[in-house]
Amino acid sequence: MTASRSSGAREHVLARIRGALSQSGTDPVEIPREYRTSGPWKPGAPDTIELLVERLVDYKAIVHRAADAGGLITAITESLGAPTTLADGAAPAVVVPVGLDAGWVEAVRAAGFEVLTDSRTDPVPLDRLDTVVAVVTAARVAIADTGTIVLDGADDQGRRAITLVPDHHICVVRADQVVGTVPEGVALLAADRPQTWISGPSATSDIELSRVEGVHGPRTLEVIIAGPAAE
Amino acid sequence: MTTFLGVPLRRKPEPELRHPNPLRGSESFPQAARHELANTQLRANLAHATSVIRAKRAEVVNEVPDWEALRDAGSAIKADVMVRLPELLEQLEEKVTARGGVVHWARDADEANKIVIELIRATGQTEVIKVKSMATQEIGLNEALEDVGIAAFETDLAELIVQLGHDRPSHILVPAIHRNRAEIREIFLREMGDAPPGLTDEPRALAMAARAHLRRKFLQSKVAISGANFAIADTGTLAVVESEGNGRMCLTLPETLITVMGIEKLLPTWQDLEVFMQLLPRSSTGERMNPYTSMWTGVTPGDGPQEFHLILLDNGRTRALADTVGRAALHCIRCSACLNVCPVYERTGGHAYGSVYPGPIGAVLTPQLTGTTGHGDPNASLPYASTLCGACYEVCPVKIDIPSLLVMLRARMVDEDRGRRIPDGWSAAMKAASWIMSDAGRFAAAEKLTGVGRLVAGKKGRISSLPFPASKWTAARDLPSPPAETFRTWWARERGES
Repeated sequence: MTASRSSGAREHVLARIRGALSQSGTDPVEIPREYRTSGPWKPGAPDTIELLVERLVDYKAIVHRAADAGGLITAITESLGAPTTLADGAAPAVVVPVGLDAGWVEAVRAAGFEVLTDSRTDPVPLDRLDTVVAVVTAARVAIADTGTIVLDGADDQGRRAITLVPDHHICVVRADQVVGTVPEGVALLAADRPQTWISGPSATSDIELSRVEGVHGPRTLEVIIAGPAAE
Repeated sequence: MTTFLGVPLRRKPEPELRHPNPLRGSESFPQAARHELANTQLRANLAHATSVIRAKRAEVVNEVPDWEALRDAGSAIKADVMVRLPELLEQLEEKVTARGGVVHWARDADEANKIVIELIRATGQTEVIKVKSMATQEIGLNEALEDVGIAAFETDLAELIVQLGHDRPSHILVPAIHRNRAEIREIFLREMGDAPPGLTDEPRALAMAARAHLRRKFLQSKVAISGANFAIADTGTLAVVESEGNGRMCLTLPETLITVMGIEKLLPTWQDLEVFMQLLPRSSTGERMNPYTSMWTGVTPGDGPQEFHLILLDNGRTRALADTVGRAALHCIRCSACLNVCPVYERTGGHAYGSVYPGPIGAVLTPQLTGTTGHGDPNASLPYASTLCGACYEVCPVKIDIPSLLVMLRARMVDEDRGRRIPDGWSAAMKAASWIMSDAGRFAAAEKLTGVGRLVAGKKGRISSLPFPASKWTAARDLPSPPAETFRTWWARERGES
């Protein structure tokens, strides 16, 4: 169908590029990389975490600190809030990725929510996903400088859809996953995994360039930073 | 021996187009700017919006101690991409294909549109959702789809405002920057169909109306079309940088994803993202990081679209690439910082440029993408849409020397006109000036005439309107009053005859 014409175009475009470069030159370019590849503090250090918290709050995310496992369970429960029983008497649902820590899942159930487990092989249908009240996930890495959480689709973070369609995202970041700068974050990420970089709840600046939080993605982002900061 | 026939060369009339050309307006920049400047509402909206974004950008850029080092790296990385473009494109194609994507190549807009149409038809769908993309605007994709009965729904809030308002985008990043909240409310109430009746002009209420309006579309659509901010050659990864989550919706929920990308959007390595993910958000929306960035490599089984097509678009880029100086315009990462600081853009807005790429970068990119056909071509006027103040160069995250490119293109436009048989007013005036100034006697005689200028200027000390043909000059600028005494008479008086 498009194959034959397309391959003609391929050779033609490549030939045009080579022709253009033969006129304008192909002298090799040296790339100076004098920029910072780390910040003043180590990953997971108290100052690194403090900066992350400050940046997250600045972009209207809600942040909790949990020093130990018990504190984490409390933080998850508090983030979810009290379940509002649905009209048919059923409990409201929370979606979790298949590889989420069993203790965290139990906390969701104990808080009075129905738990929907999602995986690549057994996904929650989209329409059902649209009715859940929240999603709880882990994260791959957090970047303090920019207030960014990165998800990479691992089993404790799930398919991209589950952190997008629900209106409330509760994301647990381990203290040792918090790095200072963007280069440190990029170095920890694997390009072949589908990634979502999240910096605060969805927002728009399209109306008179004033920022409004909450458009199509989750309108509430709660980040729980779990575990003690590194010494 | 040549014969001068005296027949003015006329441009071939443009073929009758069903839709306006996305890269060429119907009138020159000065003509178009005159209409736009008459719109005081537009000027007020733009002045407000650009001053807000300038302040935000300055604040977050000042936070970064190594900003200049990042710019140096960004500039060199893009220069390197140009030099190695063929091998990097082939590498990207290989990586995307290995991960289950299909790569297509398009020489021009028409070819790209045809590929998209065939791909959509193969799915049996008649509706698609779209992420904001300059590449698809540049090729007039929405109009091409409309012509064959496929409805394309823009999902970015600003694009939605433009689409519902039957309007044209006027800014690379915020296409509805020329609209204020009251105008947006009116457009929503009139065109949306499901806007809440009590809708206020509160930005939050307007954003919520858009959320409700597009929700079902996101959940039901089978095909999405996007552009790409970056494509990583050594991994085959594509990145879309956005704010609202409409991008994530389009890139994640449908079964088929079609991405249209200019061939210059490459980055050689995954590591290069560490530079560009710092440069782009701070330069464009003035945020440390944009709310959402999606990155995907081909197809991920069980997560996101299971069919992925990437269309690599030339559409004039190789024309720009052939110029040693001009090809720097291809380094652009579409942040729009140069628009926001430009004193010309701030007053005329984006529509006056006649191209989907307005502002300083548009003035150097558009004429190179399309080529120009001489004096009558509206795009030949674009390199003059600048005061050469240099603010654009200062803010450009990849250090494109836009003022130098503008000067180079001005020279090119003048050179293109050298072959013209009938001289225009400008070259006639230059010839006359040359004749006068090449002879001391003629020059002295001409100097005597400046006394008339002093009379015209009067007490206010400037001349703001002269009769034709000098009116061509005074229509756009004041002429200072000539001095009471020329240098030569001063010299003669002070130092005696030499």
